[in-house]
Amino acid sequence: MTAGVPLRFDHVTLGYRRDAAPVVIDASIVAPPGGITAIVGPNGSGKSSLVRGVLGLMPERTGHILAGDTPLTPTATLANSRLVAVMPQRESLAFPMRVADYVALGRSPFLGLWDAATPTDHALVQDAMQRADVVAFADRRTDELSGGEWQRVRLARALAQDTPVLLLDEPTTFLDIAHEMATFETLSREAQRGRTVVLVSHTLTLVARFADQIVLMHAGRVAASGTPREVMQGAILEAVYGWPLVVSHDPAVGAPTLVPLRRPR
Amino acid sequence: MAGVRRRAFVLWLGTAIALVALVIASLAIGAVPIAPGGVLQALGGTGDALAVTIVRDLRLPRVALAMLVGCALGGSGAALQGTLRNALAEPYLLGVSGGAAVGAVLAMTIGITGAASVPLLAFAGAIAAVLLVLALARAAGGARDPRMLLMAGVIIGAFANAVILILLADVAPERVRGAMWWMAGSLTDASWLRVGWLAVYVLVGLGLLVTRGRLLDVLALGDESAAALGADVAGTTRQVFLISALLAAASVAAAGLIGFVGLVVPNIVRAFGVVRHRALIVSSAAGGAVLLLFADLLARTVRAPVELPIGAITALIGVPVFLARLGRIR
Repeated sequence: MTAGVPLRFDHVTLGYRRDAAPVVIDASIVAPPGGITAIVGPNGSGKSSLVRGVLGLMPERTGHILAGDTPLTPTATLANSRLVAVMPQRESLAFPMRVADYVALGRSPFLGLWDAATPTDHALVQDAMQRADVVAFADRRTDELSGGEWQRVRLARALAQDTPVLLLDEPTTFLDIAHEMATFETLSREAQRGRTVVLVSHTLTLVARFADQIVLMHAGRVAASGTPREVMQGAILEAVYGWPLVVSHDPAVGAPTLVPLRRPR
Repeated sequence: MAGVRRRAFVLWLGTAIALVALVIASLAIGAVPIAPGGVLQALGGTGDALAVTIVRDLRLPRVALAMLVGCALGGSGAALQGTLRNALAEPYLLGVSGGAAVGAVLAMTIGITGAASVPLLAFAGAIAAVLLVLALARAAGGARDPRMLLMAGVIIGAFANAVILILLADVAPERVRGAMWWMAGSLTDASWLRVGWLAVYVLVGLGLLVTRGRLLDVLALGDESAAALGADVAGTTRQVFLISALLAAASVAAAGLIGFVGLVVPNIVRAFGVVRHRALIVSSAAGGAVLLLFADLLARTVRAPVELPIGAITALIGVPVFLARLGRIR
């Protein structure tokens, strides 16, 4: 089990074109190991651009992104992929393949051109499939999976990478309640085992229960960050989302719950 | 898993049987028919002296040439489809073969005929075609957009044809027919020297592609996931294009323009559940050898003693597959 290192965004500005406005502006975020950091915010607030920035796919970039003390430079994709396992928001396979083979690709950053997978690699792949609960369909083809099954298979691939940092872009889209909760429990266990878990999410209420830290993005900037109780405040969220809402505290849940309101006619 | 393994096993067994059967048939059938038993004797150097000469000196190099060209086209097709994430990619449709043909024809018109040097000029032509196709696709808005690349490839292929026709305008009339014949693909010019050089190019090229197998698996996941798994997308794409250009160039220099093999074979192999690129490239190379032996057998026998251009045969087989595949993509 790999120990976590902090994932740090240090005054990061990201953009697609030099002559266009940046989509992330001067963002500074520290995601500590051993906990879950959730990046939330409205559509277009720059969440996924942060993920693409880590992947080195944003053409315009200033500031530093670091895993521990190692800068994640856009040209060092291989070294980066050994530190941070990223599950991108979308992914479509050009050619469907067997689920177990797909998860095994998570080991590819550690294998040279001439290397074959070692018993350790096989063990990590098996372990990842168990933790993501995809063993039952290891032999199915990726194009025969439901949306929820595909999400879990993708999570298994990221887990198989066995990196200090896990960065997941909306890992629970398409998941039903049980699998959504199971995924968060899985991520929570990964954090307890010392890994750094960072996830982009739209499900604030759920995030508030599992995350140790919430970073609220708005129009490319970090609008608020802190514990769920600090960030989940009606006034803050209402301003960022531009929609009337209340935040309630149900003692049975033990975390703030967000309820959007109907707009008065 | 058992199902996937069994289907792959069926594919490999079928390929092996077809290879052996087609090799024996190719050695037996011709202007002087030789019985299969006589073929085996002649291969061993015993039996009828004429049969030994026909089998070992005339037909065997041609069989070896067909197999090597098939390997080159099948393997490079599989690798190109992986990098471009598109089951319609292959050297002929991407204009790579056309560029190689320009280089080869240029070599012929200026009097270079060496079995080692013609592939080099063909390679230069193929590289030029790759660069042009990439530049054209980029200008049209997507160097990684498979549709743009295929369009650019078809355009560059047409352009290459025009250049070849212009180059041939100067050539003596009696040589034009030979050159035109070669443009449609032909294995008639098989010598052990040519086969030997082609073997070097093909083995090196396929070996390099196979080592990129896992990277190709990762590339097929899309740019974001490939980057997440540490793959150098642009660099790998460039390498695979160069190696495939080398393979296409070597096969064009040895046997002229033979299209659609690189399209048909990997799609059939994938239908048998062989998807990971190491196995896919090797299986497609073997399948390419089968398809080319089969096409050559047809070319030699359908209207014997007239020999049909093998490129026309592979196109007749390939176009329906292309159309079927196109329908499924939409």
